[in-house]
Amino acid sequence: MTGVWLIPALPLAGFLTLALFGARLSRRGVSAVGVGSVGLSAVWGLVVSVGALASRDASVQETLWTWVATAQFRASIGLELDRLSMVMVWVVTGVGFLIHAYSTAYMAEDEGYARFFAYMNLFVSAMLMLVLADNLLLLYVGWEGVGLCSYLLIGFWYKDPKNVRAAMKAFIVTRLGDAAMAVGLFLLAGNLGTLDLDELSVRLPHVLGLGSPLVVAAAALLLAGAVGKSAQVPLQVWLPDAMAGPTPVSALIHAATMVTAGVYLIARLQLVFSLAPAVMQVVAWIGAATLLIAGLSALAQRDLKRILAYSTISQLGYMFLALGVGAWTAAVFHLVTHAFFKALLFLGAGAVIKALHEEQDIFAMGGLRKRLPLVFGAFTIGAASLAGLPLVTAGFYSKDAILHAVAGSAPYGGWLLAIGLVGALVTALYAFRAVFVVFLGETEREVAAPPPVAMVAPLVVLAVLALIAGFLQTPRQLGGIESFGRFVGPALAGQTGHGGEAPAWVLPAAAVASLLGVLLAWLLYVRGRSAVESAAATTEWASLRRLALGGFGFDRLYDAMLVQPFVYLTRGNATDAVDRVYACAAETACVLHRLVSRAQTGRVRWYAAGLALGALLLLGLVVLR
Amino acid sequence: MTQVPFEHGLLVAAILFGIGLIGLLARRNLLFLLMSIEILLNAAGLAFVVAASRWGQADGQVMFIFILVMAAAEVSVGLALVLQIHHALKTLDSDAVSQLRG
Repeated sequence: MTGVWLIPALPLAGFLTLALFGARLSRRGVSAVGVGSVGLSAVWGLVVSVGALASRDASVQETLWTWVATAQFRASIGLELDRLSMVMVWVVTGVGFLIHAYSTAYMAEDEGYARFFAYMNLFVSAMLMLVLADNLLLLYVGWEGVGLCSYLLIGFWYKDPKNVRAAMKAFIVTRLGDAAMAVGLFLLAGNLGTLDLDELSVRLPHVLGLGSPLVVAAAALLLAGAVGKSAQVPLQVWLPDAMAGPTPVSALIHAATMVTAGVYLIARLQLVFSLAPAVMQVVAWIGAATLLIAGLSALAQRDLKRILAYSTISQLGYMFLALGVGAWTAAVFHLVTHAFFKALLFLGAGAVIKALHEEQDIFAMGGLRKRLPLVFGAFTIGAASLAGLPLVTAGFYSKDAILHAVAGSAPYGGWLLAIGLVGALVTALYAFRAVFVVFLGETEREVAAPPPVAMVAPLVVLAVLALIAGFLQTPRQLGGIESFGRFVGPALAGQTGHGGEAPAWVLPAAAVASLLGVLLAWLLYVRGRSAVESAAATTEWASLRRLALGGFGFDRLYDAMLVQPFVYLTRGNATDAVDRVYACAAETACVLHRLVSRAQTGRVRWYAAGLALGALLLLGLVVLR
Repeated sequence: MTQVPFEHGLLVAAILFGIGLIGLLARRNLLFLLMSIEILLNAAGLAFVVAASRWGQADGQVMFIFILVMAAAEVSVGLALVLQIHHALKTLDSDAVSQLRG
């Protein structure tokens, strides 16, 4: 026993404590349990990791007990901590701990304080289960667990029907992907007889050949699950609405951790995917389409949190792009840096929204630079990292690693690279649009008290991480540090290579794209804001903006394609057409009953006459025969 | 002593049965209904006795004793019911006792 199980068990214990005794604990007690359990889990995760790294193959496996045991199929409750799950555990518990600490201040006045931390702890536990599972069945348990918590937390303020609808939407849309993923798991289990990750990687190449229909089908179905969870086109519609939840929830679930589960899944099952090159192409193109569509949508949003939501979708698109070209390390690296800077951005946005009494419209803000200098600094660092400002930010290095891998990939590497570069420009533009509009300009609103220490401290830590995390992995022109690649690389052994070598101009091009985006944002939203606003009011621009504001009509399309026909069908069946048959039988019985009961007059003589008549009839029959 | 012809005996039984039946159907007083039932039973009993004498068998007479016993039992129960009905409804009209109509 090495105690890997304690990592997810600690937050689970926190959840149970809060769920059972939360109402009786004081706020201080709730905070101690809620934050403490995640903090302890983070510390314990580090301790176990250090122990694991000392072992020969740098991984610890632990089978707690056997879950299913039949002749054809075995599944155990087993955990495995290897280099990839270590990275995930650190991110989930580390960023999770900071967000929990932040929440103690953000949610301080909420009446559902204990409930909030109970859900958050359950989420962290499920997420850890997901990343630590040594078989796909247990992974699926965690997968569904985070989905459930996402639902609970989006609809946390359940008294507003709008929030509940958003929660339902998130749950149902991701369910589409999950159902496909379950079928994919059935395919794998049915043909390979195991869902254990190690055994799978041993048996897979022997049983299924490169590009065989079965492996393509399995990979495509698993991809559908990942697409749903990671909010990629065409299942991205739930994430912007998921912003209905409290801001720390958006930071933890819909930016840093849960939505990256799809990326983790594909990275974990890289063997399956690398046997299906066609699906890999699809992954890359889904990522490219998503990063562009979501980036352009983010440009038009007015709601600060929706900007960040679309930016999350777009950044996840980058990760999918990297996965699609087989750059597993780059994808996971971007996952990590994204977790830092996006959590930072969300928490900064939460501080701004809180200070302005739940105001989310960026054009109702402005001039907050002087009132909230610390938040301004942190948010700007986050935005810079998101935009990938060259040299100093983590986002630059991780995005550059992706673009390098994409440039060297064949075929269509050029096209994908072009999309990635345009996406980088758009990213910088919308990130700094938000910064300039919210923090520069005239002061328009009174600010409540400055954010308390519990909110500021996580911002500072994350800001530092969003700057320095990039130096774990730098391109060859800038030192060529490869600590991250060397660390995670062994867990992602099946590198399919990067094809050709990326041309040298990719690095400067990425830097120029991001600087150009910032410059454009400055020109549009600081220098020429009035000119932009008058231009935007013209009809052509207004209709374009409406299109982008609604996420390019995906919602309307699904509404017309799926929701309306469904509602129509149910309305048609509201009177239960099938029930008519049974209602008819019942009606016949009733009519017969009324006829027969007419004969029951209650008069004795009438019955006697009946008897006599019957006897006469029988007699007649006997005599006449 | 000359024997009454078999057919005559049966004819009397049939006439008695007819009278009883008509009384049962036409009368409304419960007491008269009970009397009509007695006549019906006696008609049946007569038919048994006649048949017994025709074939020289004792079975018919045994059946008549059964009928007698049953009639006594029926009347005792019937009269008790009539008393109760009279008590409850203050009438002996059989058509008034129709609470169990459907």
